[in-house]
Amino acid sequence: MDLTLKVWRQPNGSTKGKMEDYQVSGIDGDMSFLEMMDILNEQLIEKGEDPVAFDHDCREGICGMCSMQINGEPHGPEKATTTCQLHMRKFKNGDTIYIEPFRANGFPVVKDLAVDRSSFDRIIQAGGYISVNTSGNTLDGNAIPVEKKNADMAFNAATCIGCGACVAACPNASAMLFTSAKVSQLALLPQGRVEASKRVQNMVHQMDLEGFGNCSNVGACAEECPKEISLENIARMNREYLSASISSE
Amino acid sequence: MSVLDSKIPSGPIAQKWTKHKNDIKLVNPANKRNIDVIVIGTGLAGSSAAASLAEMGYNVKAFCFQDSPRRAHSIAAQGGINAAKNYQNDGDSVYRLFYDTVKGGDYRSREANVYRLAEVSTNIIDQAVAQGVPFARDYGGQLDNRSFGGVQVSRTFYAKGQTGQQLLLGAYSALSRQISKGKVKMYNRHEMMDIVMVDGKCRGIIAKNLVTGELERHSGHAVVMCSGGYGNVFFLSTNAMGSNCSAAWRAHKKGAFFANPCYTQIHPTCIPVSGEHQSKLTLMSESLRNDGRIWVPKKKEDAEAIRQGKKKPTELSEDERDYYLERRYPSFGNLVPRDVASRAAKERCDAGFGVNKTGQAVFLDFASAIKRYGKTEANIQGIDNPSNEKIQELGKKAVEAKYGNLFEMYEKIVDDNPYETPMMIFPAVHYTMGGIWVDYNLMTTVPGLYALGEANFSDHGANRLGASALMQGLADGYFVIPYTIGDYLAEEIRTGPISVDGPEFERSEKEMDDRINQLINNKGSHSVDFFHKKLGKIMWDECGMSRNADGLKQAMKDIRALREEFWKDVKVPGRRDGFNPELDKALRVADFLELGELMCKDALSREESAGGHFREEYQTEEGEALRRDDEYAFVSAWEYKGDPGEAELHKEELTFENIELKTRSYK
Amino acid sequence: MSSQSGIFNSSIGRKIAMALSALFLIIFLIQHFTINVTSTFSPETFNSWSHFMGTNPLVQFVLQPVLLFGVTLHFVLGFILTARNRGARDVKYVRYNGNAHSSWMSRNMIWSGLFILFFLGFHFYDFWIPEINYKYIERLPADETRYYHEVQEMFHNPVRVVIYVLSFIFLSLHLLHGFQSSFQSMGARNPKYFPAIEKFGKLYSILIPAGFIFIALFHYINSL
Repeated sequence: MDLTLKVWRQPNGSTKGKMEDYQVSGIDGDMSFLEMMDILNEQLIEKGEDPVAFDHDCREGICGMCSMQINGEPHGPEKATTTCQLHMRKFKNGDTIYIEPFRANGFPVVKDLAVDRSSFDRIIQAGGYISVNTSGNTLDGNAIPVEKKNADMAFNAATCIGCGACVAACPNASAMLFTSAKVSQLALLPQGRVEASKRVQNMVHQMDLEGFGNCSNVGACAEECPKEISLENIARMNREYLSASISSE
Repeated sequence: MSVLDSKIPSGPIAQKWTKHKNDIKLVNPANKRNIDVIVIGTGLAGSSAAASLAEMGYNVKAFCFQDSPRRAHSIAAQGGINAAKNYQNDGDSVYRLFYDTVKGGDYRSREANVYRLAEVSTNIIDQAVAQGVPFARDYGGQLDNRSFGGVQVSRTFYAKGQTGQQLLLGAYSALSRQISKGKVKMYNRHEMMDIVMVDGKCRGIIAKNLVTGELERHSGHAVVMCSGGYGNVFFLSTNAMGSNCSAAWRAHKKGAFFANPCYTQIHPTCIPVSGEHQSKLTLMSESLRNDGRIWVPKKKEDAEAIRQGKKKPTELSEDERDYYLERRYPSFGNLVPRDVASRAAKERCDAGFGVNKTGQAVFLDFASAIKRYGKTEANIQGIDNPSNEKIQELGKKAVEAKYGNLFEMYEKIVDDNPYETPMMIFPAVHYTMGGIWVDYNLMTTVPGLYALGEANFSDHGANRLGASALMQGLADGYFVIPYTIGDYLAEEIRTGPISVDGPEFERSEKEMDDRINQLINNKGSHSVDFFHKKLGKIMWDECGMSRNADGLKQAMKDIRALREEFWKDVKVPGRRDGFNPELDKALRVADFLELGELMCKDALSREESAGGHFREEYQTEEGEALRRDDEYAFVSAWEYKGDPGEAELHKEELTFENIELKTRSYK
Repeated sequence: MSSQSGIFNSSIGRKIAMALSALFLIIFLIQHFTINVTSTFSPETFNSWSHFMGTNPLVQFVLQPVLLFGVTLHFVLGFILTARNRGARDVKYVRYNGNAHSSWMSRNMIWSGLFILFFLGFHFYDFWIPEINYKYIERLPADETRYYHEVQEMFHNPVRVVIYVLSFIFLSLHLLHGFQSSFQSMGARNPKYFPAIEKFGKLYSILIPAGFIFIALFHYINSL
């Protein structure tokens, strides 16, 4: 199939960007979206132009490195799918595709479609861990049973790949779904309860410092999340935060 | 005397590690504060090492080329992690895990290292649980296990099909904790370009800031390389796009011996190549082989008809199908180790029984599993004489509960419903057992330079068992290096801060600077991928699932020619001062073009078949691998001599005191 | 760790304050509606309840200021949050397909809210200021029967009726997202009971505004 691409080009973080038009042809339905981008880049290199920079790594939908706002949706139109797992059979011959970076002040553009998501790292550093040393001399793994329901819910929250689609989708560029997924995972496990109240306060504080917007329960984040992280996590974080704020000095 | 001293402690195997820990030198806490350690890579080995070393008090600088340490490719491991916990009470033990790993590795790994790995495996599970890794649990709240290829016990801990992700995020959280304390300084989007040697010791690295393009000098009293494997030398592999050999190769060129480069693991269950533009291959977890049955048509006409789309696989009756693994290996059946399963698939496809357009695929069929689970489920629900539809419905639900996410992924990529028609799979490059040679302390032949995880060679011999890579990465990072590094650093307490202004740093940086300039100023005509694909094809054809002397010799010549062509004709767009992924790719491929030749050289010199290395000249009458223990029970460690083709072979003899060498049989 | 800012300086704190004031207003709306609806079937009840509300010191000097505070808090916070949220994405998308993942209502709370605020201003001007003037400035004698007539007179004017109808349509849109959203903000979400909250919220968001519209139309039609 032949496609028209409207791609955001921005040489670096300190220069303004703009949309550019490109044509690609001979695209096969079995190709992934990123393989289509590879073809575009091969074309650009042939012509001696600067290829489009975009982040990608595992191309299996798990590392969370690929991003891209495709036709106004993070990771494109298919539900529960990262850009690398989006296949061209979802598009039709002659389509025009808008490709933009994930936009948020918390995600400054590095170049073209690549953005800096280290704000997410800093949110985790603020408390997204259990303070246990790596001695291996901990309790036996089976010493504290975890109710299957909670273990499963914790797992579901923990499947977050930190791609930032939630922020990209949110009209407020809020990072609540990301933050709440980690807060939830650790709050649901007995070993995480000990620090739960400090954790939620610190992580929310850091999230606010990073310049993300506030949640207004629009729900776009969960709809667009490639791992289908549920809004229940945000509710849980709100609860955790409320009780932590009331009980702390 | 051999130049290789593996430093294996004396004494009975079960006491070696304990004894060694008691014997090696320690660094006192006050001195640790004055010692800097550089960690390259933040996968399971890197994150866990950086976190542990920082926790102990060392000043750690950690580097990853991704935009966040959480994205290292360990994250993509699906199936699970082995540990000798024996929670299932099926007779598992440290010894059995040790035995299975050595046997699975086709008796080409170092006993002492493997035993230590099995020994600390149980700590990994406890550690991960304490960190909040949400492993699968049963209804009693206890940890669940499953079984994996090549073994007969259930010792694999898992978190659905995302075990690697969960374990990596656990290690990442430990790392994040140390970053927040200021004990680890994290360098995202930085790639190691070279190691810097001062007075015969590794004293630092040159790193490239991938955002600004600048070269940076970083010094450390030790450098710990956790940079992963080199499977991307084949272009198409299940590795991440960015996975590369450069850190290891740079170290090799500065004196670290490269061990067993020819041992590559070809994973049997991957989604087949769909076309010319394929950029990478996707793995389907080995756990699928617990329930899926692998087959091709018995008759070539049927295979032909299926390839042309004239027949559907479901139209073939049971007698028209060849369940070749069950036929050839009745005792292990579909659960034979990876190397065996892969070769068997290739054998069938080469014989003309392949089932997709390209003839390079076999079926992985869940029909009988669906039927079996459906019947069991009907019994549980008390349905007498269930209809076929009911059985199908219940069975599909049961299979979905087990493998739902994998089936979904398959459907997304292939656009075919695996509940209705069998999956198509084909082997793909997945893991490299070879790597930088290390001693028992995980130190390379360069003093002060360590290699952990997939980057080293030590634990998996010629073939790795499923669910063992995660185990090794974390064992090395959490439980081995924190002890063994002290033995070297104890001598460094008087060194003081290392300046980055010395001539060695300057020289190294200049070298890298020239290299980058040469690439960026080259007015060639082909993109980096053009060369990478060519290299991949040579490697896959001649140094892939089966190898022979003539092919390997030719491959060495071809790679050499391709390398020359690359430096003359590669075209790297853009500028060097800024974010330029094409330039970074070019630097990596330049190294692959050298490593590829060494891999072929190693494969040529190893005149036997062992694990992932199958030499056509050395096979039994039944076509099974023929190992030659009398002559080849050694590790090939290659020393760089100015050119990959001129590398000099050093042998580390492997002695097996606790396990009797046998021909591996899964029949 | 750096020091924690107070709960209401944090994003979640503000969100909770927003939800609390919303829940308070939701309850107020029921009360308001209950009194108003009596005007359609029992002018006496309407008069006596209105008189009670208008003269009881507890209602006048405790509940009324609380209500004023609640309303003000809700819209001031609404402005602050919206401004901050808009400011969290300086470079806007060229193409943003909001309908793919969220409802129009949820993304446009500020517009429905602004319309309601405009209505409140009008309502103040139209009802509350004359009322205050009557009772506390001119200190006219209490008349327990004036309320029903005043209502009848008000809805005589078709322009006012149109404003009422439009405003309550916006209120309905506002509530369709706001009702369940306030529960979510308070952390009250659980797969078991949340669907019920959502269902009830939908009913409430449609029925209560529809009821107000009915009252306005009822009096208008009767006045023809």
